[in-house]
Amino acid sequence: MSAKRQKRRQPLPAPGEWTFELIEAYHAEIDRVAREYGLDTYPNQIELITSEQMMDAYSSVGMPVNYHHWSFGKSFLHTEKGYRRGQMGLAYEIVINSNPCIAYLMEENTMTMQALVIAHAAYGHNSFFKGNYLFKQWTNADAIIDYLIFARNYLTECEERYGEEEVELLLDSCHALMNVGVDRYKRPAKLSLSKELTRQRERAEYLQSQVNDLWRTLPAQQVKTQTVEARRFPPEPQENLLYFIEKNAPLLEPWQREVVRIVRKVGQYFFPQRQTQVMNEGWATYWHYTLINTLYDEGLLADSFMMEFLHSHTNVVYQPAYSEPWYRGLNPYALGFAMWQDIRRICEHPTDEDRYWFPDIAGSSWRETFDFAMRNFKDESFIAQFLSPKIMRDFRLFAILDDDKEAKLKVSAIHDEAGYRKVREIMSDNYNLGSREPNLQVWNVDLRGDRSLTLRHQAYLRRPLNGEAEEVLKHVARLWGFAVRMEVAHEDGRIEVLHECRQDRRRTGKD
Amino acid sequence: MVRIIDRRFDSRNKSAVNRQRFMRRFKNQIREAVADAISGRSIKDLDNGESVSIPAKDLSEPQFHHGRGGIWETVFTGNDQFSSGDLINRPQGGGGGGTGKGKASNEGEGEDDFVFNLSREEFLDVFFDDLALPNLVKTQLARIHEYKSQRAGFTNDGTPANINVVRSLRGALGRRLALASPYQGRLRELQKELEALLETSPPPDDPEVLRLKEEIGILRAKIDAIPFIDSFDLRYNNRVKVPKPTTQAVMFCIMDVSGSMDEDKKATAKRFFMLLYLFLTRTYEHIEVVFIRHHTVAKEVNEEDFFHSRESGGTVVSSALEMMKDILHARYLNGAWNVYGAQASDGDNWENDSPHCRELLANAILPFVQYFAYIEITPGEPQNLWREYEKLNGAHPNFAMQHIEGLPDIYPVFRELFKKKLA
Repeated sequence: MSAKRQKRRQPLPAPGEWTFELIEAYHAEIDRVAREYGLDTYPNQIELITSEQMMDAYSSVGMPVNYHHWSFGKSFLHTEKGYRRGQMGLAYEIVINSNPCIAYLMEENTMTMQALVIAHAAYGHNSFFKGNYLFKQWTNADAIIDYLIFARNYLTECEERYGEEEVELLLDSCHALMNVGVDRYKRPAKLSLSKELTRQRERAEYLQSQVNDLWRTLPAQQVKTQTVEARRFPPEPQENLLYFIEKNAPLLEPWQREVVRIVRKVGQYFFPQRQTQVMNEGWATYWHYTLINTLYDEGLLADSFMMEFLHSHTNVVYQPAYSEPWYRGLNPYALGFAMWQDIRRICEHPTDEDRYWFPDIAGSSWRETFDFAMRNFKDESFIAQFLSPKIMRDFRLFAILDDDKEAKLKVSAIHDEAGYRKVREIMSDNYNLGSREPNLQVWNVDLRGDRSLTLRHQAYLRRPLNGEAEEVLKHVARLWGFAVRMEVAHEDGRIEVLHECRQDRRRTGKD
Repeated sequence: MVRIIDRRFDSRNKSAVNRQRFMRRFKNQIREAVADAISGRSIKDLDNGESVSIPAKDLSEPQFHHGRGGIWETVFTGNDQFSSGDLINRPQGGGGGGTGKGKASNEGEGEDDFVFNLSREEFLDVFFDDLALPNLVKTQLARIHEYKSQRAGFTNDGTPANINVVRSLRGALGRRLALASPYQGRLRELQKELEALLETSPPPDDPEVLRLKEEIGILRAKIDAIPFIDSFDLRYNNRVKVPKPTTQAVMFCIMDVSGSMDEDKKATAKRFFMLLYLFLTRTYEHIEVVFIRHHTVAKEVNEEDFFHSRESGGTVVSSALEMMKDILHARYLNGAWNVYGAQASDGDNWENDSPHCRELLANAILPFVQYFAYIEITPGEPQNLWREYEKLNGAHPNFAMQHIEGLPDIYPVFRELFKKKLA
């Protein structure tokens, strides 16, 4: 790159300390180059904050406003402890998928770091948020901040009206179900008509629940004389437990339903992030690297700036090997960065191997390919589509099969001709939330009987639920208000009841 | 297109509420931990036992995840030795760290145990949350009620006892020198003149000589007339009164060790003393503890003997109160001590002694102590000492009494005893 370097302009000053003027100057240049590369972003809002504020933001799941909950305090104390003891640095940046896109810069950072963060967050992540289909489909960048403000105010109001304890217990239960409170496959309803219908159904269901409430007081024998062929409810198993509870839990007050909804919405909002870690971080890393290097090639950046920048960049994309003590799995920054770079290489300088593996993109325009890949994939499919043999060799990837029925682990594939496809397939599956997380379904409600709720875990490769399941089940029972059962459906067809949680509490507070 | 906003001076501590919530929720766990700690420890342990760790499991936020087991196939980096089909031994210990393959990664981010250490202060704050000794508020408001006098240079007036001799004489010397100097100069001139004149051997009645001699005489007289010390030479040591914070307290522990006090009752009493001690350590820098045990006669003992030695026999409570009175007057009434008394008994006193106890307490002890607490540890009806003491209750705001039946009552009783009274 340095060969192409032309001294067109005076380099920007690169002092250690940043100033507002400098941030603006750097931003202007980064912005210009980003436009030249065709990055499409939300408008930027750059906010300078202290490290303490960074910890605040950090612990309230990275959002500028959020409702209050003890768990955020716990996370704050945890972060603070680590930070004060020097065990961990703070994240350099937090960026919020909103419109305008809010990026936090920490006061303590040097000018170089601020420029890096601007390129990384305000252009890298920002363009990803705006372009990627998951974010477009599942999140609403225009409304999130307003929604969070609404949520906080609503919860504060609830606390005033119903007591902090009551709200806290409810939130605890909702948080426990946050990761089973997302719609994985179906789009949220957008049509106003369908909304209207849902509302209508809600009202109907509410009436129905009132009726059922009366019913409950009848002697049990009479219930049993009903027809045995009970209507199944829900008619089909449902994956979104929180949604199901919000709409169907018989004993929840309207405000409680709203709280369930808020937690569900927030969880849903973060769902795309969990599915695009490698892509998103890789994308942002690729762009901070590219944008800054372009500026350097234009002669705008001092060498001292570049040295510090490269130092930080290298740290970010460091990937320890499996045998090293600090190995914590694949570093999404390293893998993502390598993959995006590799895609560009395949486009610009394809080898025969690339032509064989990637006939579609070898030799194509890298900008178009980037845009296509960024918009239409998530980690799982991105890896399945674009992980090249070269990357597998560079990372020396290998797959281990761990079957608890076997005495030994087995190396199922490595980075060789015979193993490329297999490694890629396994790796893609490793990033598939659907197989990483247990498949849980709302299976049945005993509508005519004791109203108990049955959840079913569809076991996959004999993977069991973890030890916390029973605890979570108690939370489900608290929300549902009646007995809750957890079944596991083994792959051989056996159904087994894992836990059962009785709930004798009826409507509280009024009796 | 870009907005750059300086948020550094915006409200800090946005998380403060969450932190409070956490602490509040945490308090229940802490309270339990503290209660456990107290019942398991001796007084001596309390100084090193300031911190309580809370294991993560109490604060866990459970979620549905996969557990271990079943079939997992995972990709790792940095292959340095494996080929397809190799069989590897399972890493030991379920593997964190580098060789923890296969299992470590499929459980997502493993969270470390959340261990939150309370400092001693926080620990005690939690424990004594809404407690305060009676009169403590008063003591704190008027915390500075002792003065000590302290030198603060010199003044021009004061009592003769405070005259600073050196300073006064130094002043006098200067004054004398200053006042005498015009005369001294003239005197030296005249003397020179006289000497010069005398060298010429004038007749003894030379009028010039006589004049000079006379003038010298007058000057000498004037110089001698300057007072050796004058009233405005006097300097007095200046002493000012400086408020002296009282940071020390003495705590009298009085316990009945007669035959009727069994080990259980003693253990209960001990908890009570411990709690009082702990509370005082929070308020005072230095605390002395006087242990007095008694059956029919009282004896001042060390802590070890106080709690552990066995005695038997009858009970004369007044013996201990007499002893407390004597020790109090002998050692602790110089105004530098806050005195607290705590008495534990099963209330089973020699019938004729109880009225005497009441009088002693009312006249010789209560006027001098910040606070005196009596607890009666007995499973049944209050005994005669209780009935006598009840007459004191109310008349003396710094006296309190409580009835305890067993170990579980200690904490609530303690709260009851030391509830903020002035609030």
